[in-house]
Order: sequence, then structure tokens, then C-alpha cells
Amino acid sequence: MAAIFALIQHKNGKADDTVAELCMAARKIDASAAVTAIVMGKASDCDAVAAEAAKYYASVWKVASDAVAYPNAEVLRPMLVKLIPAGSIVLAAFNPFGMDLCPGLSVKMNAAYCADVVGIEAVDGGKLIVNRQEYAGQVYAKMSVDLSGGAVLTVRPGVFAAEDVPQVSGAVADKTADAGAAPSAKRRFLKVVEAEVGDVDITKSDVLVSVGRGIESQENLEIAFELAKTMGADVSCSRPIVDAKWLEKSRQVGTSGQTVKPKVYMAMGISGAFQHLGGLKGNPFIVAVNKNAKAPIFQVAEVGIVGDILEIMPILTEKIAEMKG
Amino acid sequence: MEILVCVKRVPDTAENEIAVGKDGTDIVRDDLVYSVNEWDNYAVEEAIQIRDKVGGSVTVVSVGDDDAEEIVRREMAMGADTGVIMKDAAFEGSDGLGTAKILAKCVSMGKYDLVLTGAMADDGAGQVGGMLAALLDWPYASVVNKVEAGSGKLTVGREIEGGNQEMNEIDLPCVLSIQTGINEPRYVGIRGIRKVASVEIPCHGKDACGLDASAVGAAGAKVKRLAYFVPALGAGAEMIEGSAEEQADKLIELLKAKGGIK
Ligand SMILES: Cc1cc2nc3c(=O)[nH]c(=O)nc-3n(C[C@H](O)[C@H](O)[C@H](O)COP(=O)(O)OP(=O)(O)OC[C@H]3O[C@@H](n4cnc5c(N)ncnc54)[C@H](O)[C@@H]3O)c2cc1C
Ligand SMILES: Nc1ncnc2c1ncn2[C@@H]1O[C@H](COP(=O)(O)O)[C@@H](O)[C@H]1O
Repeated sequence: MAAIFALIQHKNGKADDTVAELCMAARKIDASAAVTAIVMGKASDCDAVAAEAAKYYASVWKVASDAVAYPNAEVLRPMLVKLIPAGSIVLAAFNPFGMDLCPGLSVKMNAAYCADVVGIEAVDGGKLIVNRQEYAGQVYAKMSVDLSGGAVLTVRPGVFAAEDVPQVSGAVADKTADAGAAPSAKRRFLKVVEAEVGDVDITKSDVLVSVGRGIESQENLEIAFELAKTMGADVSCSRPIVDAKWLEKSRQVGTSGQTVKPKVYMAMGISGAFQHLGGLKGNPFIVAVNKNAKAPIFQVAEVGIVGDILEIMPILTEKIAEMKG
Repeated sequence: MEILVCVKRVPDTAENEIAVGKDGTDIVRDDLVYSVNEWDNYAVEEAIQIRDKVGGSVTVVSVGDDDAEEIVRREMAMGADTGVIMKDAAFEGSDGLGTAKILAKCVSMGKYDLVLTGAMADDGAGQVGGMLAALLDWPYASVVNKVEAGSGKLTVGREIEGGNQEMNEIDLPCVLSIQTGINEPRYVGIRGIRKVASVEIPCHGKDACGLDASAVGAAGAKVKRLAYFVPALGAGAEMIEGSAEEQADKLIELLKAKGGIK
């Protein structure tokens, strides 16, 4: 069986949640594999994160250099190609960094690439059988990945439960010299611009009426605001509503928006993409209204209605207003 | 600036309920509404805006079959100057890498400074752009939500977690994958489509671009789709049935109990 490597992302000296999830995914590929975690960053970050990774991985490789203090995929990729033996299986998280690094990494390693893996079934005669979702999560696909030249897999964050990972005390090896000097990249990191703060802070709301593309037009937003006002809730939304500039970015729930922790979340005309659900924390009571009975949101919602939000929302508003008197 | 934009024809997930076909090898394709991959419209709009600012031209390319023509024409109606279709029986069944190899050949047949793709496709994986850049040995930036043209380089913003933006400087030529929301793609009316209805769109096959049939298509794919399926998922949501009025009444009871109504 090929050696397995996990690329650990970290920020401010702390490993990302996927540190344990990637370990879990590796164990699904091969329960007895010796999995190596790779941690790259400036020396102080590297030491802290490598120590954290060593709780899950028997072997941790660290590459400590100020040149990789910020994870610029264009700089890290050639170093990883140098470091990782040909034919290996490489795991990373499917997020903006993984999306930046991994497709090109697979090409440079001459390996197969499979993105956004949500299930790992088996290794079968030199092929790895994995599951992904297609068409906004409406269907699953069973994929066969040829392992003969190695493989790079990105794994969907949050899917491989991290709780079950047995703790070990792994050994940390310094591989800085093996990775070589950081190449001068044709893409240079400048700075991070923080998200703007909006007029409502949806991260503090107990109840959210959240609208998605199902709202159909900017004018229809009024219907959601009416309902929210009557309920004593705030209005949040999915990404297409912000893309269309109908609502400000600070109201967007999801991995590229806000992380919210309401008690009750009303998903109105939202399909339930994982990037959207990634912003929903604290186990809220989710209500979904969607005209497509197969929408993935119904898999995570507590209660659901198959119907038209433009019909249901005004009725709710009227009845709640009546009830309140 | 000479810009190439890669566009893909996909079943529109907002318009369709996707079901798995009887033998599981494909989704049910009858009555599907197809359109341009949502992300690609943003990429074409961005290319047009850059061209209008600094000059040059915009070419759109799609790897596909005869049906690809319709979407290439649509993007030309948006304002792209030329269209190209990469089509060959040998291209069928390509995985992401195969598609990227075909697109790389298309890039080398022209003289481009910038190649744009969508950040991902509805039936894809956000992979083709990054692979294409690696094949060309050009720098790459993914999930781009801001582009400013400079001389010999661009300043680009990448969308990262939490709505933050990572600013980078990137040398030309380069490949960028474009994220939704970067601009507002212009509307294409019937009249716009009519204007480009008779424009010739060249097709190139494997011989024209010098591709070895074994490197692309099903033959060259390292990643294959064995089947589509819908897993036996958990119980899922408790569904509220009845008329809209009855549904609302039941929902309000539940919301009251859960503290959803203040
Ligand atoms: C890198 C990256 C980051 C992303 N980050 C985010 C993020 O932070 N947040 C986010 O939300 N998305 C994010 N996305 C986008 C995400 O993948 C989805 O495209 C998006 O969440 C879809 O939004 P939606 O559910 O509103 O729209 P759709 O998926 O189009 O769903 C609309 C739903 O409304 C239903 N509907 C339509 N009309 C009605 C009606 N009248 N009544 C009832 N139901 C109706 C439809 O059946 C459908 O299920 C990101 C994508 C990428 C690639
Ligand atoms: N068949 C294709 N023809 C042209 N461009 C494509 C094709 N497939 C993918 N792309 C481009 O690559 C992007 C990402 O697609 P994917 O990697 O399939 O998610 C798309 O938004 C397109 O810009």
C-alpha cells in the first residue's frame, strides 16, 4: 500500500479542525497505514502545530521557514513535490487552500486527483473507491481512482468525524532541508483584507429567517423581512443573494460568509450546499421550506415543508401576527 | 490583453431535479435544462470588463459535443470576440485532467496572456483551472473575486474563509479561477443571440491540436465514475403535510415550542 500524507492547515499556531478529520480519512483508506502529517510554516507556528498533529499521527514532518509563514500554494507546491515520494496518497481539506494547491499538485506529482471526497469505500485492485456529490448534492457518484501513480484527494471538511480518532504520540521530524529553499513564486501574497462589518450582526441572532435563490427577486425579500419582523428574527441569506447584491455580504451564512449559532434557523428556498451548511453551528432547530422534495437541506433539517416559500411565508406572517394580537 | 475563457455546458441545478437513471450509470437526461455553468458567466463578464479597460480580445472555448455551440454562442452574445469548440470522439469520457490537457492545447494554439475558468462546475470539482495552470507551467490563483490589471502582472483577490480576501500579485501569463459575485454578468437577450447566430465557430479535434488519443478521453482517465447513486440517508426532516394553511399552523406550534417566535 502506498504511503499516505496529510497536509495540515493552521492559523495563528493552531491546527485546523481537519487535522483529525484527515487522519480519520487516511485510516479509512488503510487502517494499518503509517500516515505522515506535513506541517509547513514559520518556526514558532510549526512547532505548536506539529505537536498538535503528533496527537493523531505517528509521524509528523515539519518544514519551518519564514518563506512559508503564509501558505501561498504557489510556493508550497514545488516544495511538496520535492518532499513527498512519488506514488504516495496525499490528503488535504477541500477549502480555498486545498482548491488552490491540489489540482496542480496532482499534475506535478503525476498522480490522480479526486476532489471533495465525502466517502471512502475500499481499495480494490490498485483502485481506490470513493464517493463524491454532484449537482449541488442532489446525487452521489462512486468514483474509482487509479493509485498506480499515487493520488491527491481533497476531503470535504466536517464529513469524517474527528471524535473517533485514537490518540497517539507521534514523532516529529524536521524536513526543512529536504523541502529545499522556497522558490521565488510568480504569485506573491500581499495581505489579507478582513470582511466588512454590516449593520446587523447575524452571528448574535437567536432566530434567523434565511433566504436562498428560491426568493427569486429582490422585491420578494420584503416578504422575508416581514416574516422576520413578526417573529422577532433577523434575515440572513445564502451566497447567490449576496452575489446578486440584494443583501450585504455580512448577512451571508457559510464558509465564505458568517458562522452563525442561532436556536432556530429557517432555511427558505435554500438547497443546502455544504459551503452554506458549513456556517451553521451549535445544532440549531432547522426548518426547511423548498419546492424540491429532493433538496439536500431536508437531510439536515428537523422539519420540512415541500412548498413555495412565496406562498408559505406570507401565511406564516399573517398567522403569527394574528396570534400575537 | 488576449484572454481565453473556458466555459462548460451543465445541467442547471437550480432548474432541475436530478435523478439517477435506472442502471445507475448516468443521471436521467431527458427534459433536463442545460445552461452555461454559473461560474463561467462571471468569468466571461470579468474578461469582457478587462478587455474594455485595457484593450485586447476575449475568446471563449468549450470542450464538448455539438451542443456546446449553443453556450459558446451565448457567451459571444455577452461580448466575447471569438469562440472555439474542442470536439473529438476521443475526448469523450475525459476526467478533469483530460479536459485540462485539451484546454492546454487550445491555449498553445493561440497567444494568450490570461486564461480564466470558473471556480467550479455544477457537475465538477473545481479542478480544471489548477490542472491547466500546472500543465502550462503558469502561475495560478483560485476562487478569485477581484482582478486589477497592471503591466505584466495582475493584482487579484482570492476569497478565503469568513468572507476575508487574500490579496496577491500574479505575473502574466497566468490562470485564474473566478468566483461568483466578482461582478454582475450582463443580461443576454434574444437580440444579442440573433446577432451572433451566423458567426462561424471553429471546431478542433485531436489531430488539429496534436493530442494523443490515449492521453485523453476515457482511455486516459485515471479517475472514473463507476455509478451514480442516492444513499440510504437517515430519516431526514419530519415533513409537514397538508394544505399551506395547515402546514403553517403546525409549523407555528413547533416554532413556539422551540423559541422561534419572540
Ligand atoms: C469556494 C466556495 C465558497 C462558497 N461559500 C458559500 C457560502 O459561504 N454560503 C453559501 O450559501 N454558499 C456558498 N457557496 C455556494 C454554494 O456552493 C451554493 O452554490 C449556494 O449555497 C446555493 O445557494 P442556494 O441554496 O440559495 O441556491 P440553489 O442551490 O440554487 O438552491 C435554491 C433552492 O431553492 C428552491 N426553490 C426555488 N424556488 C423556490 C420557491 N419558490 N419556494 C421554495 N423553494 C424554492 C430550489 O428547489 C433550490 O433547492 C460557495 C461556493 C464555493 C465554490
Ligand atoms: N468541458 C469543459 N470545457 C471548457 N471548460 C471547462 C470544461 N470543464 C471544466 N471547464 C472549466 O473549468 C472550470 C471548473 O470546472 P470543474 O473543474 O469541472 O469543476 C469550469 O468553470 C470551466 O471554466
